[in-house]
Amino acid sequence: MSKTHVTTTINGEPAEFLAEAGLTLLDALRDEVGLTGTKEGCGSGDCGACSVIVDGRLVCSCLMLAVEAEGSTIETIEGVATGDTLHPLQRKFIEYAALQCGFCTPGFLVAAKSLLEKNNNPTETEVRFWLAGNLCRCTGYDKIVRAVMDAAAEMRGA
Amino acid sequence: MSGLSYTAPSTISEAVALLANEAGLAKVMSGGTDLLVQMKIGRLKPSLIVDTKKIPGMIGIREIGGCFVIGAATSGALMGEHAGLVAAWPGVVEATNLIGSTQVQGRASLAGNLCNASPGADSPPAMIAAGAIAVIAGPNGTREVPVEAIVTAPGRTSLGKGEFITEFRLPKKAARSGDAYLRFIPRTEMDIAVVGCGIAVTLDAAGVCVAAKVSLGAVAPTQLVVAGAAAALIGNKLTDAVLAKLDAECQAVCKPINDKRGTIEYRTKVAGVLARRVAAIAFQRAGA
Repeated sequence: MSKTHVTTTINGEPAEFLAEAGLTLLDALRDEVGLTGTKEGCGSGDCGACSVIVDGRLVCSCLMLAVEAEGSTIETIEGVATGDTLHPLQRKFIEYAALQCGFCTPGFLVAAKSLLEKNNNPTETEVRFWLAGNLCRCTGYDKIVRAVMDAAAEMRGA
Repeated sequence: MSGLSYTAPSTISEAVALLANEAGLAKVMSGGTDLLVQMKIGRLKPSLIVDTKKIPGMIGIREIGGCFVIGAATSGALMGEHAGLVAAWPGVVEATNLIGSTQVQGRASLAGNLCNASPGADSPPAMIAAGAIAVIAGPNGTREVPVEAIVTAPGRTSLGKGEFITEFRLPKKAARSGDAYLRFIPRTEMDIAVVGCGIAVTLDAAGVCVAAKVSLGAVAPTQLVVAGAAAALIGNKLTDAVLAKLDAECQAVCKPINDKRGTIEYRTKVAGVLARRVAAIAFQRAGA
């Protein structure tokens, strides 16, 4: 099958890759672009480990074709920190021990970042509902939710 | 996935021609949140994916003279962010926003939720209750059908080869009218309806119901329009006796399956209970 040339902007940098029609955005990011921070958990949109932001919208990259990304602006976990400076969410995840095995963490961080960009003062209920599509089998979620709430407070300057 | 082609036409006629002329299995894609999963597990092996999102009008919500036109590929997230639509048809928006996670809401569409033809789909009962019309483009031109005429069986629709839904039309909301949708699941998020119920009502100045439409999901192979339940509401206020009649009429039409989400008896009972709750919300929204 012929491949399609796809031109995107990933984490602020121009990025091009070749994609077969059935290639998911997740596989393109990991295997074609080399950004392996985005994880495949279920591959069916249930677990959120593959969460990325496409044109400002949080999506599962396993549920999007790479060819659909033509012209899109994509944000992945690799773009969350600024150089060596961690994003407040990343610092709070470490501080609260909001991860154990860490496989779900990139998805949680990207999803939480998209929440805080939309709502800088979410209630605990809003955090829990927003993150309902991100599964974690280690932490029991409580530390994740507290880390997100505290990061939001810090970012508000509270 | 070898042998698969992808195309994103920019006009409806181009999309119709691509779908109609494909020798193998052509699938329409809007959000792709069902399609890609079915391809991954091998249930569907399309030779052509026609992505409709590049066609003008397929994404977006327009208010025309009080009616709402919703592009068929519009995501649940966009619907939830449209203040006018939320105000006019809260039940339709709530039902759509129950589909999947935040991530899925960024992609999943009304047309996909309908044409995936799952008995447990959330948006169809609310759309049916609201009197939504699906506009279908195809090789023989455009036709308009009520949403309840689309799904014919689990996984099957009445769309012919080359046809796809381009938009949904919600009627102008009448004075003193309201709609609502509830689904029952054993948890609070990320599950498939055990029962779903959508109801839309219009009241007169005295608070008496003058028009009603009731639809149930997940209790039969397709969404049901429950005429007897609507008849129980029309001409009445929401008294205990009317609620009991509504409950009984809904239970009477249920033909559910037994599965891990609920037994036949349980689903049937819950259909009546949900209908009572949904009717109360719809009446309240209509100003009762």
